[in-house]
Amino acid sequence: MTTLARDANTGDEAPVFYVKDEHAHPEGSSTMLGFWIYLMSDCLIFAVLFAIYGVLGGSYAAGPAPKDLFDLGLVAVNTAMLLLSSLTFGFAMLEMMKSNVRGTLFWLVVTAVFGLAFLGIELYEFAHLIHIGATPQRSAFLSAFFTLVGTHGLHVTFGIVWLATLWVQMRRHGLIEANRRRLMCLSMFWHFLDVIWIGVFTFVYLMGVLR
Amino acid sequence: MFENIDLTKLIFGRLTWDAIPIHEPILVGTFAVVALGGLMLVGAVTRYGLWGYLWREWFTTVDHKRIGIMYMILGVVMLLRGFADAIMMRIQQAMAFNGSEGYLNAHHYDQIFTAHGVIMIFFVAMPLVTGLMNYIVPLQIGARDVSFPFLNNFSFWMTTGGAVLLMMSLFLGEFARTGWLAYPPLSGAEHSPGVGVDYYIWSLQVAGVGTTLSGINLICTIVKMRAPGMTMMKMPVFVWTSLCTNVLIVATFPVLTATLVLLSLDRYVGTNFFTSDLGGNPMMYVNLIWIWGHPEVYILILPVFGIFSEIAATFSGKRLFGYTSMVYATVVITILSYLVWLHHFFTMGSGASVNSFFGITTMIISIPTGAKVFNWLFTMYRGRIRFELPMMWTVAFMLTFVIGGMTGVLLAVPPADFVLHNSLFLVAHFHNVIIGGVVYGLFAGMIYWFPKAFGFRLDPFWGKVSFWGWVLGFYFAFMPLYVLGLMGVTRRLRVFDDPSLQIWFLIAGFGAFLILVGIVAFLIQIVVSIARREQLRDTTGDPWNGRTLEWATSSPPPDYNFAFTPVVHDNDAWWDMKRRGYRRPLEGFKPIHMPSNTGTGVILAGLSVVLSFGLIWYMWWLAALSFVAIIGVAIAHTFNYDHGFYIAENEVVGTETERTKLLAASGVNA
Amino acid sequence: MSRFRLLALAPLTLMLGGCDFVVLNPAGDIAVQQRDLVVISTVLMLLIIVPVMALTVFFAWKYREANEPADYDPDWNHSTYLELVIWAAPLLIIICLGAVTWMWTHLLDPYRSLDRVTHEQPVAAEVKPLEVEVVALDWKWLFIYPEHGIATVNEMAAPVDRPIRFRLTATSVMNAFYVPALAGMIYAMPGMETTLHGVINKSGTYTGFSANYSGDGFSGMRFAFHGLDEGGFEKWLAAVRVEGGALDRATYLELAKPSENEPVRRYATVEPQLFRLIRDRCAEPGKMCMDEMMAIDASGGLGLAGINLLQPPDDKGAAARSALFGPKATAVTGICTTEEAMAARQTTSAPRPADRQPLLGAGLPRPPFTSFTSPKIDASLLRSLSGT
Repeated sequence: MTTLARDANTGDEAPVFYVKDEHAHPEGSSTMLGFWIYLMSDCLIFAVLFAIYGVLGGSYAAGPAPKDLFDLGLVAVNTAMLLLSSLTFGFAMLEMMKSNVRGTLFWLVVTAVFGLAFLGIELYEFAHLIHIGATPQRSAFLSAFFTLVGTHGLHVTFGIVWLATLWVQMRRHGLIEANRRRLMCLSMFWHFLDVIWIGVFTFVYLMGVLR
Repeated sequence: MFENIDLTKLIFGRLTWDAIPIHEPILVGTFAVVALGGLMLVGAVTRYGLWGYLWREWFTTVDHKRIGIMYMILGVVMLLRGFADAIMMRIQQAMAFNGSEGYLNAHHYDQIFTAHGVIMIFFVAMPLVTGLMNYIVPLQIGARDVSFPFLNNFSFWMTTGGAVLLMMSLFLGEFARTGWLAYPPLSGAEHSPGVGVDYYIWSLQVAGVGTTLSGINLICTIVKMRAPGMTMMKMPVFVWTSLCTNVLIVATFPVLTATLVLLSLDRYVGTNFFTSDLGGNPMMYVNLIWIWGHPEVYILILPVFGIFSEIAATFSGKRLFGYTSMVYATVVITILSYLVWLHHFFTMGSGASVNSFFGITTMIISIPTGAKVFNWLFTMYRGRIRFELPMMWTVAFMLTFVIGGMTGVLLAVPPADFVLHNSLFLVAHFHNVIIGGVVYGLFAGMIYWFPKAFGFRLDPFWGKVSFWGWVLGFYFAFMPLYVLGLMGVTRRLRVFDDPSLQIWFLIAGFGAFLILVGIVAFLIQIVVSIARREQLRDTTGDPWNGRTLEWATSSPPPDYNFAFTPVVHDNDAWWDMKRRGYRRPLEGFKPIHMPSNTGTGVILAGLSVVLSFGLIWYMWWLAALSFVAIIGVAIAHTFNYDHGFYIAENEVVGTETERTKLLAASGVNA
Repeated sequence: MSRFRLLALAPLTLMLGGCDFVVLNPAGDIAVQQRDLVVISTVLMLLIIVPVMALTVFFAWKYREANEPADYDPDWNHSTYLELVIWAAPLLIIICLGAVTWMWTHLLDPYRSLDRVTHEQPVAAEVKPLEVEVVALDWKWLFIYPEHGIATVNEMAAPVDRPIRFRLTATSVMNAFYVPALAGMIYAMPGMETTLHGVINKSGTYTGFSANYSGDGFSGMRFAFHGLDEGGFEKWLAAVRVEGGALDRATYLELAKPSENEPVRRYATVEPQLFRLIRDRCAEPGKMCMDEMMAIDASGGLGLAGINLLQPPDDKGAAARSALFGPKATAVTGICTTEEAMAARQTTSAPRPADRQPLLGAGLPRPPFTSFTSPKIDASLLRSLSGT
């Protein structure tokens, strides 16, 4: 990448103080690191929401508790949707490695479908809860629940908008370097949301029903 | 059905003519002055046809140097507003004795102290610190720009957007009346139903996005873009402290964002996070906000420690003493700053073990901080100290800051805090560390690096006036507050009934006046220096006989910073280059790839301000529209794949030849 | 200690005879100990601060550029010994200060019952602390004396040398209860209870106030604290009983409405359990008390049946509104009356017995400035500790 005209540590010769023959920094060389840091900061937002849920999750205000509200069967289907979408995203990445644009695009569509299914089920769950009166205003537990799960859902929504955008861009430009980088970022984002959901699933739903 | 809908309300939300404070003569006067000044500025820009220039060269720039300068301008402008609030408070407190109500009613006074705190931290200290980091860090590591130049521009405009929202609250509606951290339940929908807290929330959220992104950007820059040879332990101390500060930013601002989101959900949706009923718990907000708030203090002070380290070494003509322990001290402070937040509310009634844990962790921070002070001390030892302005600020800092550190450790002792918490002693303490630390450091840094940014030094006479105004003003303004704290006087009081206190408030008011002299002298210093710029010109690029890489290039640096990326062999890279006979390359230049300017940052930040405005005033249609627009613009931006251009070889050659001539004229070899 | 006090006060008293440095010269034993701690910590830190400041000035002067004969060593930047010293010196100070902090934070824990009235007078075994229930309202203080069945607003009195046990809460927003002459401050928070112990040693009238900003009327949230001798206190009680009206829930709800710069009010009788009702946010009729709600929540909530157990949002102006969904219910309807709820549970909480164990860290001597008596451990406490 960079060629030093002379090694600095050889004897008494004048040391080298600048790079003579330089190539431009490859664009986006920091993107992965930057995106990782962003994910970690996003993770902190979820950490706060989890902490809030940990503190307030038992404050039902004499109202319903998780075991009265959650339908584990539905949540299991929901979880399966998101996990499958992660799997299919993995397939998309494999196709990208093979530089197969059509394969990548195909698996991205499948991923988006699973993601939309996840969102649909979640929205159905929310609508049902609100319909029976278990609104976010009812108790601190419900406030924390809707906020934590809703924030995750918002992230998935943005992930899908991003996916759609990137899909169009890949149709247009193919798997150029910039698109590969973007797809890597989206992939990390998507798997990150998966990991968060595992936490939600365990901590909110499973442990909630056990409580 | 439709006859029930109030069309005015649908369009304007809760914005009515009453929101304009025409009954407050002070605000009307301020508005007149601001409007007149603004009109003159706009008129002048239009008259001289500068709009195009400003837009092309400044507003849309992705050059870290120009963005840095814009941050500094923002910080200085907001300093004027924040200080106006301060002096109004001082006058009110000096007047309101013997049955007098002073000249400010509670509604106005409570906004003033809230705004003062918010402005000084978020829109003065943060932009100034970020501005210096933005300008200096890439130069010190021998880079041509930051990792994400567009993001840098966007971050700046988001910070500015937050400031715009806050300033808007002055003339349209009101600002929060809750104290600068807006503790619920006071800041909840029930006790603060007006727009004040909403202005607070959205201005911090918008600015917070900018701060977080700029934190990510600078971390990547420091980790990825260092010049060859610059290992982590060869980075200048300012780069180290900037790295730690940005780690803190990225690791704490999300907490602020989340906390404020929860507060806004309570206010907008009616959730029960921080309410007293239906299971909420307001004390959780206090915990969360301080989990952000305490590291925030270190976000401000760490880069300033770096500035002092650079200055102490440069003006003592000597290597920094104990570089390694300086670095470790910084890292230790970074980590420990997360473990102390509870010391802001020992009086909440936590158990003794919890209180003593947080008290002792707080004290432990004073160990690395103490080590740093000693390191600066021994940097001066056996040096050749030139008492130029930056060094004067440094010595003033060392003398003042230790007092603030001492009172800080005192407040970390829980039973002592029980008698001093929330008192004017506390107010004196944190002004002692923020003025005596952050502000002194920012002035030192601004004066130190001004010639690098503009090519001429600042006038020393007016600098000295400003220095003495600030330093004496600080002591006059805040030593009386220590005294008053020991007399049991609490903060944020608007009227007093004990006449024996008045003399102290008068002294403090005099101190504030001296600080005003310091600020005015600083502004005069800039004007005078611009007028005398030919006498103060720095043609060498190295006016202070500096030690780090930013002094290796011209003042001001060319767009590309360095024609050839430097190779680093030593902590004090430029000192080492000068000593070992570095010769500036005169040929072999190549075209240099640079990022292109873009207006997306301005547009996105502007839309964010509109979105916030809609949310503050309940103009839901406006909020929805601007939200959609933000998404649209952001997506459109990603369709632009062409982010850069080349500075042609002959242009580089031209710039460098120019510099060669300048150097030859000023008699500097090579 | 008196030497320390003189040391700290000497320059200041010379300067200002007229000023009342109440934090440095308080009238209550707890505040006196807190003052001592302020002085001790300051002196400990001055051990390092003074040399640093002196060295700064000295080095800055000695190594100024004009002073040609001074040594100049531009490459000297490391000395292992020196670095050990500059890390060890603050470390040692902090170790001392940390030990002091640990010990005194436990000794002066506001929840800890007093074991002494002054440094030479322990609390007699038969003396029970004076119970005072404190409520921070917008923007005034309500004091309830459950022993005597009286209440006052913006005025309180206590007999000299008798320990006082405050229980504090607030109605709407957070405040801090602070009588600098008596003891350090503590927050008074809605829906929560904090405790503070203190004792006043000298008779006199002292100022108390809120030390945490709470809104428009904050500046006027002040009260007089009268330290009275035994006879004076009885007289004060009698006066309150003669002058005062009755404080029942209706009167309280009227009193709770925001008002500024309230004059002193006295009430000869108080509805029993009023403090508890305020703390549990159920002084308004029909609301479920928080302790009841928390007990229900701890056993899993009321299920779907409890969803609509909400009081309709009241429309009297100040009710909570949300921007998007309008007036909002803030209270759960009680499922039994407060009287029933009260009858169903034990209402008095016994004060914790004084913890007379000296607090020692390993290797630290017993603090010389307190006179501890040997630990007395209640048999019932032992039983409860051992879980039988």
